[in-house]
Amino acid sequence: MSASPQLAAAGPVIPHYGTQSSQCVVHNHLFCWDWVEGNWSSVLWPALRQHVYLAVVAVSIGFVLSIALALLARRWRWTEQPTILITTFLYTIPSLALFELLVAPVGANIYAAEIALVSYTLLILFRNILTGLRDVPPDVLDAAEGMGMTRTQQLLRIEFPLALPGIIAGLRIAVVTTIALATIVYTIYDAGLGVPIHSALGEGPFKTELIAAAVLTIGLAIFADGMLVLIQRALTPWARARRAG
Amino acid sequence: MHEFVEAFRFIAHNGAVAGEPNLPSLAHLALETLKVGAIGVAISIVIAVPVGVVLGHLHRGSFLAINLGNVGRALPSLVILAIGDAFLGLGLTVVELALVILAVPPIVTNAYYAIEGVDPDFVDAARGMGMSEREVLFRVELPLSVPGIFAGIRTAAVFVISTTTIASLAGFSGSLGDIIANETSYHFSGVLGAAICVALLALAVEAALTIVQYFLTPRGVRYAGREGGSIAQATAAATA
Repeated sequence: MSASPQLAAAGPVIPHYGTQSSQCVVHNHLFCWDWVEGNWSSVLWPALRQHVYLAVVAVSIGFVLSIALALLARRWRWTEQPTILITTFLYTIPSLALFELLVAPVGANIYAAEIALVSYTLLILFRNILTGLRDVPPDVLDAAEGMGMTRTQQLLRIEFPLALPGIIAGLRIAVVTTIALATIVYTIYDAGLGVPIHSALGEGPFKTELIAAAVLTIGLAIFADGMLVLIQRALTPWARARRAG
Repeated sequence: MHEFVEAFRFIAHNGAVAGEPNLPSLAHLALETLKVGAIGVAISIVIAVPVGVVLGHLHRGSFLAINLGNVGRALPSLVILAIGDAFLGLGLTVVELALVILAVPPIVTNAYYAIEGVDPDFVDAARGMGMSEREVLFRVELPLSVPGIFAGIRTAAVFVISTTTIASLAGFSGSLGDIIANETSYHFSGVLGAAICVALLALAVEAALTIVQYFLTPRGVRYAGREGGSIAQATAAATA
């Protein structure tokens, strides 16, 4: 592994990329657009799509689990400490190690990858959902009860909407963290933007693939974060009204 | 579960693999990981704590503190290491640079919110007692902020261990990640054994820092609760 860059440099400097090696690639410029165009549909786009899939599945499962755990912790307070302890424990295990630890019982497949990614979202989402629900003013709940709302109605129509800013703040962190972590998935399962990054690491002086994959990874994280901000604005119109007033 | 038995055998033999006499021992690689990580965390603390503390004391720069934290999370360690490798060559210096880039944001963000979040009544009372700005900072705000500042340092330390092992994927040699990246020599039992060691190392570092935090926290603050809410605090900020 560590010897591969040197090996690549000792061989022909420019790896050949099929038939379409352009002048830019042959002269090894810093960044070759035509390489990106030539490899978009075969390398970059599939990797990006898998990356999005890995992240969306992981955050969705993590979100549902965290809501369940938060509701549990609210009903039975004693479950809160063990949940925090276990999710903190999972969050502390370095990603590369956790992926390998899951390979033994689960196998080197997408399930191991998703289990690891989900386990990193739990701490953040659980804490934010629980804090969000707890911060709902008791007066508001009293008023809701006075209006004759049932517990379920209170939860769905009062508590969740009011907790939404906190919940979305947690989702933003979880999404961005998951997108970053999903670059390591390639070590156990051949998917995600880690694949082109890994192959770029073996390409020695040719940097286009690395730059393209890096920009896509970071760009995806920023884009997802921005989308969640827009969703929050759309879902909490009262916050905007208050700010304007 | 046979794999786990083999993995523990690998650990018990200190990383020895039959037919591969020239591999470094497991203990050596674990110590190297700790050394590389400790340097990164130390540099990050020296840079990040003063910045976060001063900004928090002045109640300025919340924009910087929030966005630094968010940007830090968006940077995958593998990407930073790969870019460092491509443009500078992956030596210890570049690895430490990557570690510092990843560790500074959580420390700044947490230190900022810890200091900024000190009850203004306490600060007013301290000023009313005739304390100078310096005394307010060192005798009131800092002691009260130890749990918050440490929450950031603990998060950073975990990131750093994680990234030090990932550095092996990018071609850096000198951490437990070397084993995980080299399944050919170590076989899966070695990879699994190293993964167990990395996990234990991270948990041990977290535990050690929690103990240090306990002794640095003034007794009055200890009982007040507020168990290191690094993430809760950072998110509260992102909400605002």
